Amino acid sequence: MGATGIIFQREFNTYLRLPIGYIVGAVVLFLDGVLFWAVALRPGAGEFLSGTVLGVFFYLASGMTTIAAVVLSLRLVAEERQTGTQLLLDTSPVRDREIVLGKFLAALAFLSLLNAATIYMPLLILVNGKIAIGQIVAGYAGLTLLGGAVLAIGLFGSALSRSQLVAAVVTSVITAMFYLFWQLSEVVEYPLSNFFAALAIHERHFVGFQQGIFHLRDIVYYLSLTWFFLYLATRVMEAKRWE
Amino acid sequence: MVELTEVTRYYGPKRALGPVSFEIEKGDTVGILGLNGVGKTTLLRILACGLRPSSGSVSIDGHDVLDNPHEVRKRVGYLPEVPPVYGDMTVKDYLAFVGRLKGMTAEAVSERMPAVEECTRITEVRDMPARHLSQGYRQRVGVAQAIIHEPDLLIMDEPTHDLDPVQIVEMRAMIRALKESHTILISSHILPEISQTCDRLLILDDGRIVASGSEAQLEERLLLSRRIRVTVRPAATGATAARALIAGVPGVKTVDRTGAADGTTEEPGTATFRIEGEADVRAEVCRALVEAGHDVITLTRAERQLERVFVGLVAEGTN
Repeated sequence: MGATGIIFQREFNTYLRLPIGYIVGAVVLFLDGVLFWAVALRPGAGEFLSGTVLGVFFYLASGMTTIAAVVLSLRLVAEERQTGTQLLLDTSPVRDREIVLGKFLAALAFLSLLNAATIYMPLLILVNGKIAIGQIVAGYAGLTLLGGAVLAIGLFGSALSRSQLVAAVVTSVITAMFYLFWQLSEVVEYPLSNFFAALAIHERHFVGFQQGIFHLRDIVYYLSLTWFFLYLATRVMEAKRWE
Repeated sequence: MVELTEVTRYYGPKRALGPVSFEIEKGDTVGILGLNGVGKTTLLRILACGLRPSSGSVSIDGHDVLDNPHEVRKRVGYLPEVPPVYGDMTVKDYLAFVGRLKGMTAEAVSERMPAVEECTRITEVRDMPARHLSQGYRQRVGVAQAIIHEPDLLIMDEPTHDLDPVQIVEMRAMIRALKESHTILISSHILPEISQTCDRLLILDDGRIVASGSEAQLEERLLLSRRIRVTVRPAATGATAARALIAGVPGVKTVDRTGAADGTTEEPGTATFRIEGEADVRAEVCRALVEAGHDVITLTRAERQLERVFVGLVAEGTN
């Protein structure tokens, strides 16, 4: 196991050891359940097609995934700087990209675990209605890609400062910006409208997944966004390592 | 083993360190002594590859810290002032994590662990989460993480920081044990901590080394003469004759009678003299007094305390 694996293992276990993992998990699962009940199980919900209900579930779950990703990412580097343990990593023969990747993958794995725990809701729709397994797979793939992108933004925010509050503000602002690109695209003229729409993290690129459709452009978008912010986080770590 | 050449470090326009040049031979135990804020931590972090020098070169075991930082990091164990311990991990999991991080295999960590636990005496807390450790144990775990990968160079920044007197004694004993297998660099602003564990001292002031050498050499630098204190029960000739006798001993520069003048009291029938000599004149003074019929009650070297030497060196640097 390389340094990435060693850091992954530590970080993932930290989510299981510390209250933050359980608190985020409990809140996300509770709200996902409440929203699912409000949309799929409320009186009159039977009038909707099962596929539509599942799509709405993934739409709502994407919001919860985004919030969970922001919260889970804040501690990743900022906490290490706050407690002084970053010095251990900085003085170990480990590359910054290995540190960033290990932390990112651990947070993504934990977030995926939380998302996986919501599987009973799509299964309820599957049992009581008629949906394609592919839509479930696509929905969860979309949640993972969206969550990964937001985690990467959060990791970048966390790398910038030793304060988790500063990390929260930076991450929230950047994430909100990528959400609001869609609204912005509707009020500006072509070709800017296309540009902003293409950057919109949710409305443009997640909708396909929630409907059970894999678009290559959506996959490329999320992976590019993730890579870009992980790259930035790595560069910040490199710069701060020698400061 | 360690070679620094004209190393400086600036934080913005402020010079925190340097220019500093020195070498440390393999197996040496060197203490860096200086007041708070003179650049000790900056120097140690540069050596631990946690800080980039603004200029100059640093090499450890032939590897330059900038050109080949990972090779340096493999060879260095670093204990910062605040041990970098993850509170949520048990001690043994933490040490295993650090060992793996330093490039050891899982098997090598398992084999090494008992020796490290024994050396740092943390066996009884190995299954405890680190957040529940006392300050003393936390510091020992800090040492354990620094030596887990058997580094050639062990760097410790204020290792007795925040420890109680008993823990300080234990830490010194641990450092003395580690001297046998590591080249050690320790920083402190507390003299006894350094002087009792190190072979060589570097006195740092305002980012520069103002003196270096063994404890005795440093004392010599400021104490060209030796000071002794002798208490006698004078013969019939009296204390004045005893004083004149001492003053006539070759090598004696000055003789002063202590007593009310310097706030000390003498036992009835005795006289105490403070003697400044060009060298250690205890034997000559004692012989002369006894031969003249004076009883020597006590005879001690009253060398100036190293603390005063340190203050003197710093004052020299300032001036």
